[in-house]
Amino acid sequence: MGITTSPGVSAKKRPWRVTFKKQWQLYLMSFPMLFYLLLFAYVPLLGWVMAFQEFRPRFGLSPIGQVMSNKWVGLENFKTLLDNTTILGQRFLQSVVNTLGQSILILVLGFFLTIMLSLLLNELRLTGVKRFVQNVLYLPHFLSWVIVAMLASTALSLPGSGGFLNDFLLKVGIVDRPIQFLADPGYFWGIVAGTHLWKNLGWNTIIYMAAMTSIDPNLYEAASIDGANRYQKMWHVTLASIRPTIVLLLIINIGMLLTSGFEIQWLLGQGVNIVRSENIDVFVLRYGIKMGNFSLATAAGILRTVVSILLLTGSNFVARSLKQETLF
Amino acid sequence: MKSKIKLRRKFSAESLIFHTFNYVFLALLCIAMLYPIINTIAVSFNDGLDAVRGGIGLWPRTFTLDNYRTVLGMHTILDAFWMSVYRTVVQVVTNIVVTSMLAFALSRREFKPGRPIALIFVLTMYFNAGLIPNFILIQSLGMVNTFAVYWVPTMISAFNLIIMRTYMRTIPEALLESARLDGASDFRTYLQIVMPLSKPVLATVALFVAVGAWNTWFDAFIYNSGAQHLSVLQYELQRVLASAMMQGQQSSQSSQAAQAGMGLSMVTPQTIRATITVVAAVPILIVYPFLQRYFVHGVQLGGVKE
Repeated sequence: MGITTSPGVSAKKRPWRVTFKKQWQLYLMSFPMLFYLLLFAYVPLLGWVMAFQEFRPRFGLSPIGQVMSNKWVGLENFKTLLDNTTILGQRFLQSVVNTLGQSILILVLGFFLTIMLSLLLNELRLTGVKRFVQNVLYLPHFLSWVIVAMLASTALSLPGSGGFLNDFLLKVGIVDRPIQFLADPGYFWGIVAGTHLWKNLGWNTIIYMAAMTSIDPNLYEAASIDGANRYQKMWHVTLASIRPTIVLLLIINIGMLLTSGFEIQWLLGQGVNIVRSENIDVFVLRYGIKMGNFSLATAAGILRTVVSILLLTGSNFVARSLKQETLF
Repeated sequence: MKSKIKLRRKFSAESLIFHTFNYVFLALLCIAMLYPIINTIAVSFNDGLDAVRGGIGLWPRTFTLDNYRTVLGMHTILDAFWMSVYRTVVQVVTNIVVTSMLAFALSRREFKPGRPIALIFVLTMYFNAGLIPNFILIQSLGMVNTFAVYWVPTMISAFNLIIMRTYMRTIPEALLESARLDGASDFRTYLQIVMPLSKPVLATVALFVAVGAWNTWFDAFIYNSGAQHLSVLQYELQRVLASAMMQGQQSSQSSQAAQAGMGLSMVTPQTIRATITVVAAVPILIVYPFLQRYFVHGVQLGGVKE
């Protein structure tokens, strides 16, 4: 913490007006932004009441008008969404399945590959090479999703449209006819996971690499003296030392299982692959804004947020009890 | 003694196999990252007719600048490019001014409202009202089809605020104290002492904001799709992609071939798409080598201190 001029003691004795007079510039620098925040981050939360109402556009769109003038329907909107006997309900539930499928694929692959890649990068001894590799791996993170989608749609198209993946597969002889990746729903989860990995795999190693730089070199020394080989050191020293980081990131990622991203699904989703591409975010966008069904889309958003919070606290709880077991 | 052990270990068979595997694996990964980008650049410089034959790798087969002439001759693309530049500059400036000011106030331990204000900001990192309520807010504020929608709702982010505040707290208290004794007001301390000392973190945050601003198309799509003069480059690129998806792959191929057969044009949808992609990526590709040292440093700083 360092040395601080114990703020509580002296400030508490002074009347509020005196400190304000002294610090009015600090108030001026922070209070306008507080109102800004209330407007742009907290006022929209009032919109959540729409989920319990039947939306009728003729009452206008102001948040207060919303609350006052719509008809209350209780949990009707939630029931509609979760009812798998209607086409709408089936479509929403399918979008939940797609979200989970896509994000579990991203999580599992991303999780292991990122840690493995961090370990491999950590073993590079030539700093020049290491820096070069890292910069190449970080680069895709800085390209927009539209560009990634564009590159993916090109790579995955037929050879005549520049589809070099099909080119490659044909040349190597893995397939004898080009695959229509984007037209076949079966590939879509894989495409989502693949593009996410391509874009963020390198970037996600940063946090592990940062954790690895703070490992005490003496631990490796000691392990060598005890006769540990490279893999034993990786397992017992490096991985063990970054375990807190790993657990933390895992908890965060589990909390985001109902968020599999939106852009690649929206950009590469088309009629043919809709059964596997439409996730909750795309559903909300198509159903809410494009079709103007605000109440149902808000209900879908709330369902997702609530389940996410449950997942986050649940995985945190599990981690806490597990950690105690392994630590003691 | 120590170096001798290291030397011997370096040449052991186990080590050799490991390093060979490691270098080969990482080289393949680098190729996987770079190939799609370089291939697109190559296609963008290639003759459209010739590109239909496929098989262009890392270098254009029939070099031409026609694609760029066509793309840079499209008013929508060129206007959107400058709109992207403009919004990026505005967003970076407003973000830096507002975030640094607030971060300075919150970094002062004697400023008592600082703690609750920080908490209210941090909470926004964990929840979001969602698409529809935000959409309704923007609409009722009358910000649809305005330039304001690009920079006003995104003026400050809790994450950047925390990074900046954390950095500003590492500035020695004694420095601020002596400025105060010399009669400097809080504004002056902020402008003349804290800001110059915060250059690394300001650069990092500016970079993040700039990349985000340049790459966003969603706000243009949701709020400003009715105003062509406010369109941004990534949104135009998205439109090109959407129309290509609509055409479907096979028909686009055959229409390209038909177009090529009639000798109507040397530029095809395929090369145009590649060219617009390159135009949208070029600012990032150009500044990336210069900026990467900042972000690596800045992220580690943010990550370790959290």
